[in-house]
Amino acid sequence: MYEIRLHSRGGQGGVTAAKMLALAAIREGKFATACPFYGAERRGAPVVSYIRIDDAPIKVYSQIRQPDLVIVLDMSVMETVDVLQGIREDGRVLINSPHPVDMQGHPTYHVDLTGIALSLNLVIAGSPILNTPLMGALAKMGYVTFDSVKGAIEETFSDDRNVEAAQLAYEELER
Amino acid sequence: MLTIATGNKAVADAVKDAVPAVVAAYPITPQTEIVEQIANYVASGQLASKYIPVESEHSAMAACIGASATGVRAFTATSSHGLVYMCEMLHWAVGARLPIVMANANRALGPGWNIWAEHTDSLSMRDTGWLQVYVGSVQEAYDATLMAFRIAEHADVLLPVMVNLDGFALTHITQSLETVDPGDFIPPMKLPHAIDTGRPAGYGTLTAPGDYYRFRWDIERSMRNAASVIEATQDEFGKRFGRTYGMTEEYRCADAEVVVVAMGTLGKEVEIAVDILRGQGVKAGSMRLRWFRPFPDLDLAGKEVVVIDRDYSFGFGGIVAHAIASKYDVPIFSVIAGLGGQEVTYDDIAGFVRDRRPGDEYWFGVDA
Repeated sequence: MYEIRLHSRGGQGGVTAAKMLALAAIREGKFATACPFYGAERRGAPVVSYIRIDDAPIKVYSQIRQPDLVIVLDMSVMETVDVLQGIREDGRVLINSPHPVDMQGHPTYHVDLTGIALSLNLVIAGSPILNTPLMGALAKMGYVTFDSVKGAIEETFSDDRNVEAAQLAYEELER
Repeated sequence: MLTIATGNKAVADAVKDAVPAVVAAYPITPQTEIVEQIANYVASGQLASKYIPVESEHSAMAACIGASATGVRAFTATSSHGLVYMCEMLHWAVGARLPIVMANANRALGPGWNIWAEHTDSLSMRDTGWLQVYVGSVQEAYDATLMAFRIAEHADVLLPVMVNLDGFALTHITQSLETVDPGDFIPPMKLPHAIDTGRPAGYGTLTAPGDYYRFRWDIERSMRNAASVIEATQDEFGKRFGRTYGMTEEYRCADAEVVVVAMGTLGKEVEIAVDILRGQGVKAGSMRLRWFRPFPDLDLAGKEVVVIDRDYSFGFGGIVAHAIASKYDVPIFSVIAGLGGQEVTYDDIAGFVRDRRPGDEYWFGVDA
């Protein structure tokens, strides 16, 4: 089972990202659970979503304490949140950043999701859409295939630029 | 069709597939998504129901009672304070023998104000005469809601059914969902005592002591019938759609020396704890109670029992633990855990079982 924790801010699409990743996994015949942690969030506040992917039905409902992968959609949450808390020793990190970031020696991948969204003018209510390019980066990291990512995006959004954004992130992801 | 859905969406989809004539709705966290989604289905023409946005939960149940009394299918959803606000009408629906189906997103009662999972809301309604089922996955939320209509409307039952799903822990998580075409699995509703203007009759009139108890006994007789109707319905569902359910869901119980009993999502998490315990040489099993009313027959003879109650009856104890203690002469370790969404992990559960003290009660997070 892969356990993934996603850090973002309210309104950045983290919950939808978790759902799309679950959908992509299910389209591959796997089982998945996506769960947002609901507290007293509001737009702009640091929020967390969880995704579990497994080959068998998932019976765990408690929060993920030892993630295999930590995703950071907005690096500014790292000023107040310890995003590496509980991460497995060999746990990986994926950060929305144009530059490499040192995450205490954990294998860390980066891609400029914000830049990709802006380059395609994928913006809703003034916010760049980060979750569809994120799907491309996750496909490149091997959690799901690009085909199922493409399918999940197309089932969720009608605008073709979302798939294009995923394609760009797939190509631009660096470690 | 295989897709993904939240627990709330799964309930709304089952309602869409059962096509109630009337849905009366009042929003409350964390079930709001159910009535919103149903409103979408009605507004977009995908569901031909009369949608009544009422001014309170008491009115929601009253509207369902009025609709159901005319012989048509009725549904509502609520949670926590909404459920206890409709308490009077819950009793009414039972006494009037109306097969209403309701989803309840299990949520703690305030104050302290809390929107997370707890079972005290529905368990405090256990004596109303509603059938109660507790589900443990998104798929089960859909399947149980669909089956609830057939069970409630069965001629041998004619009692309302409450489908309970854990607030947030299940209402707001996304998993795979396979919807079905129910076809004739849910036959048209036939209410023998439906209001018929061509055959005028009195309803809800004074019932004197010489007669009242007969109606009460008739409710109990139907509740006793309900268990076999539930089992037959679940078997038929399994034959048609390939997913089977029992009154309980048992996991590694047959040779278990200690059985962990829980309801809802915690009951699923217990199964992982059982695997951990087995690996450590503890012969544990899991018995997830799906139905609480009617209360199922449990095979607990010769076993130690650990009951995890996500509820409490003040001045008495865990409601599930005491239900079991009243029916079975077995050593019980009563654990109170998960109140108001308190985080409980499979490691915690394995710990409860390893350190069990039969005869005692243990409040997770409070006791040493």
